[in-house]
Amino acid sequence: MLCQECGVKPATLHFTKIVNGEKTEFHICESCAREKGELIPGTAGGFSIHSLLSGLLDLESAGKGKSEAAQTVQGLHCENCGMTYSQFSKLGRFGCSSCYKYFDSTLDPLFRRVHGSTAHVGKLPKRAGAQIMCKRQIDELKQELQQSIMQEEFETAAELRDRIRKLEKEMPQE
Amino acid sequence: MSSLRFTEQALSDWMRCGGSHSEIVISSRMRIARNLEHLPFPLLASAEQSEEVLEQLAPVFQGEASADFGNFQLLRLDELDELDKKVLVEKHLISPNLADDSKGGAVILNEDESVSIMINEEDHLRIQCLFPGLQVREAWVRATAIDDIFEAAVNYAFDDRRGYLTSCPTNVGTGLRASVMVHLPALVMTHQINRILSAVNQVGLTVRGIYGEGSEAVGNIFQISNQITLGQTESEIIENLHSVVTQIIEHERNARERLLVDSALRITDRIKRSYGILAYAAVMELKESAQRLSDLRLGVDLGILEGPSISVLNELNVKTQPGFLQKLFGDELSSTERDMYRAKLLRETLGSQH
Ligand SMILES: [Zn+2]
Ligand SMILES: [Zn+2]
Repeated sequence: MLCQECGVKPATLHFTKIVNGEKTEFHICESCAREKGELIPGTAGGFSIHSLLSGLLDLESAGKGKSEAAQTVQGLHCENCGMTYSQFSKLGRFGCSSCYKYFDSTLDPLFRRVHGSTAHVGKLPKRAGAQIMCKRQIDELKQELQQSIMQEEFETAAELRDRIRKLEKEMPQE
Repeated sequence: MSSLRFTEQALSDWMRCGGSHSEIVISSRMRIARNLEHLPFPLLASAEQSEEVLEQLAPVFQGEASADFGNFQLLRLDELDELDKKVLVEKHLISPNLADDSKGGAVILNEDESVSIMINEEDHLRIQCLFPGLQVREAWVRATAIDDIFEAAVNYAFDDRRGYLTSCPTNVGTGLRASVMVHLPALVMTHQINRILSAVNQVGLTVRGIYGEGSEAVGNIFQISNQITLGQTESEIIENLHSVVTQIIEHERNARERLLVDSALRITDRIKRSYGILAYAAVMELKESAQRLSDLRLGVDLGILEGPSISVLNELNVKTQPGFLQKLFGDELSSTERDMYRAKLLRETLGSQH
């Protein structure tokens, strides 16, 4: 596919912008992206993809929209580092790892557009990984517990409760 | 100590042995981005917080745990002069980003320069492993082993659902950027490159040129890397890259063979002219030298030229960069002087003394 700006070079940047539910696709080459002030990561200037991202986040239109949801998004900020959603969408970068928590409600669409996915399936850090596995197991047991209570199987429930307590005690702490 | 071992030699030791498919693949690089819990990312970190990051990370790779990977030396960016920084960038040992903004910035390098650990770049920690030729799997094995050593010593910012948390949303999840640097002159000459590059884009990889201002492919060298870091496992990312690069190698090989069959005389003439010009010119711009060195590399591979060796050509690719020329011939060179010294360096290396 050729760049839609110059029609000469191959388009190497593909992104979709959604404004008020209307989808626009862009296919441009790196030199045109750079001319438009949207630099490419890793190259001189390096701020690149972040401005593309802020295009994706499209705060302007979210803010001007009358929807309450847009206003709520506007009001988000990270209580750990103080970054506001507005700053995040301008910089295209998080201020700290807690930002992921405070901006969580806005991240799924962003990650879907950038990565085509919203959840990590790769490597787990060994220590935190063990904790995560343990947490997942506890969650499953808790669901079973709920069910057995509803079905009035109290013996099973007591057994499950003990297993949960044991796991919670054994859970590796960081 | 302004003259560092790392900036004296153009070619890192890791580059000297070829690796597989080295006539087409120059190098394989693995980069893993990680951050520490509780501290703001470098973008927002105060000077004290950046120091704290450095204090937590630096000792990890000077202890015994890292002995398997060689001896490591830590360089603080604020203790390096501008020229040394430039040379480290030209050797791909640090990013331009780290060189520019060095609040608590540091790099930990091993002796053969195949491992470069950047601290306080865009993320607190960036582990980079370099291998010659096509060795993405090998590079991953080393990078993840180094990651494990850090992980045993510090607490990473990690989330159950989002994976490794990074400063930029484009790195979240695995934090992994795997890339391969390839030399594709025949695909460029036969005008197939655009078609191939856009196909590469469609399978979740990006391509960009290396060196040169901006991202134009200078000297027919391209860098192919994964774009997606979330929702794929590391081995999926690496196997995808490996398989795409293997196919590109195949296309480049076919294109080279076709060039030899269809236009042997024209291609021989072009390569020999480039040799002649590199060996005799008095002034040489970077762009031209990169293009002509690319011709030489192709000539050696096609058997049209007997020498220079690929290793000498790799070395010239680095030495002809502005920072390195200044390192060799003097700190304050105008661009005209650089073009003159570049030509001199090329003449002296490639045979003619005139
Ligand atoms: Zn264009
Ligand atoms: Zn934050």
